[in-house]
Amino acid sequence: MSAIPARRDGSEHSDWDLPRRPAVPRFAHGSRVPGWDDAVDLTKDPAVVPDLATTPVPEGLRERVEAAMSRYPDRRSAAIPALHAAQEEYGWCSPEAIDQVAAVMRVTPAYLTSVATFYDMLVTEPKGRNDVFVCTNISCSLRGADAIFEAMSAAAADEEDITVRSFECLGACDIAPMASVNGEYVGPLERGDVARIVADLLAGREVLEEKQLRRRPCADPGAAEQ
Amino acid sequence: MRKILFDRIDEPGLNTLAVYERRGGYDALRKALGMSREEVLQELLASAIRGRGGAGFQMGKKVSFLPKGEMDKYLVCNADESEPGTFKDRELMQKSPHMLIEGIVIAAYAGGIDRAFLYIRGEYEYQADILDAALEEARAAGYIGERILGSELTLSLVLHRGAGAYICGEETGLLDSLEGKRGNPRLKPPFPAVEGLYDGPTLINNVETLATVPHIIAMGGAEYAKIGTETSTGTKLVSVSGDVKRPGNYEVELGIPSREIIYDLAGGPPDGRTVKLWFPGGSSAPVLTAEDLDVPYDFDSMAKAGSMLGSGAIIVVDDSHPVLEVAIKLAKFYAHESCGKCVPCREGTNWTVKMLERIESGEATPMDLDIMASVQEQIIGNCLCVLGDAMAMPIGSIIEKYRPELEAHIEAARERANSGALEDVVALGVADDYAGPMPVH
Repeated sequence: MSAIPARRDGSEHSDWDLPRRPAVPRFAHGSRVPGWDDAVDLTKDPAVVPDLATTPVPEGLRERVEAAMSRYPDRRSAAIPALHAAQEEYGWCSPEAIDQVAAVMRVTPAYLTSVATFYDMLVTEPKGRNDVFVCTNISCSLRGADAIFEAMSAAAADEEDITVRSFECLGACDIAPMASVNGEYVGPLERGDVARIVADLLAGREVLEEKQLRRRPCADPGAAEQ
Repeated sequence: MRKILFDRIDEPGLNTLAVYERRGGYDALRKALGMSREEVLQELLASAIRGRGGAGFQMGKKVSFLPKGEMDKYLVCNADESEPGTFKDRELMQKSPHMLIEGIVIAAYAGGIDRAFLYIRGEYEYQADILDAALEEARAAGYIGERILGSELTLSLVLHRGAGAYICGEETGLLDSLEGKRGNPRLKPPFPAVEGLYDGPTLINNVETLATVPHIIAMGGAEYAKIGTETSTGTKLVSVSGDVKRPGNYEVELGIPSREIIYDLAGGPPDGRTVKLWFPGGSSAPVLTAEDLDVPYDFDSMAKAGSMLGSGAIIVVDDSHPVLEVAIKLAKFYAHESCGKCVPCREGTNWTVKMLERIESGEATPMDLDIMASVQEQIIGNCLCVLGDAMAMPIGSIIEKYRPELEAHIEAARERANSGALEDVVALGVADDYAGPMPVH
């Protein structure tokens, strides 16, 4: 068989640099699967329910988790509210935070990790204190949400304290394109608004006050009459 | 046009008990508690109100399926409104939370239920805060708690905030999530009315359905059934979004022509544009075209037109958007939100995205459209829940109705991708002495 000849510049020919072939995203060790080498350490025993006596838990967090547990017939129902509380306390669901909640709830950390990784709002990696969710679902994208998301990401690129994410439908297509800034819905957004959002967040002001959803009247003209 | 849910919805302070009571709030609860459980159930049955969450199942029937007798029964209000294009419950909860609470208490009375949960999506933080405050007021006033207004009825109502997962709007996924697990749907049957939350009989209803209950009791079920059409009674909140001049929530009588909603209420597409396609019931509904604009907006007419009323969310796409752009957005959403429990949905949504992206990058052939259509067929009906179907139905209808446009797109993208290919090969310096891999001898 004939070998594939070397290129004229002497570099080796590879299948992957044929023209216009879309690049396959590669992760560690050339794998196509992200995080495949992020395996569990099989030499360790599985984590058991952490002991509350040896796991220090901040008083406020403990009270919130216990209050959540008391509201349900089954204490495990409090998993999401408890993880929300931990995320507020630490900024993200860190392994330590999950251990603490697990100790109070008397469940294994693995159980809570399985819950935390399922839901978009619970984050198991460090993030900034301020969340900006830009909706890029269909109704918003029809009105230019993808450009807003790019502009927003660029505007906050240097801000460690602001995490910008594209999000699935946030349920506010009437103000499309929109974003949820620390839970406050704002829209319809224009390109110029992204700098305002960053400035307002850094200054600790109300974000984009005149575009907040809560100030918006009902669109139905008949709702005001009668 | 008659407003029931949106009647003076913007009145300042309507989210407080004082204003709500001044407008006659909780009178329907008093009236219901003066009737027997059976009579309240009869009113709900007579109203023939169909669920406003998407499936359109008659609410009264759902209540009547609950087993009778003393046992732990639950009511869950589904406020995990995440169907793309839907935002009606948000406005209702934010502006008139007590209407919903009153409806929950009456429905619990009809079903003989003493524990209720309100599962609201985690993103609705402001609305959840408003509901929390309203619940506090209602508890203090004795509308929730033990022996409500001196009657037999005891009810606890807990607000539960979700954490962002579309699948938790599916009723059994919601139940798992409420039990503190990952929100994976369950096998049905048993249906929640028999075995639901904590294995007890559970009544699950959408916010809008429950918020209508006080009005049904106040005016009488038979009177309510006179509004709308025979099989789709009452008024419906419609969320109109996308390429329209006045997006927003509108309350309409079921059965009015869809054109009236899109053009008269929402203002129609921007000037100089025309409606290309529209989703009548959220992004999960098969798409309709401009020719279907005169279809009456009710459950049965939409089904006859080959689509569905769903959650009552109209998304309008005008002629400036390629249909491929819409299809990719849709498929990516469902691929992201698939919980991964059933293979047809997990793999089907994923591969549909890949195939659509091949069309975009110019690697597809018209045969890919057939493969994609067959993937959609193999998803429908083969999973525990309808999330996969919710992608397969609109994508399938887009392939069917916009095949010429997609084929043109495939051709154009292929030409774009191939133009200059020869120059590239020459530039690589292999064209003159290398003619591709040789057969192995």
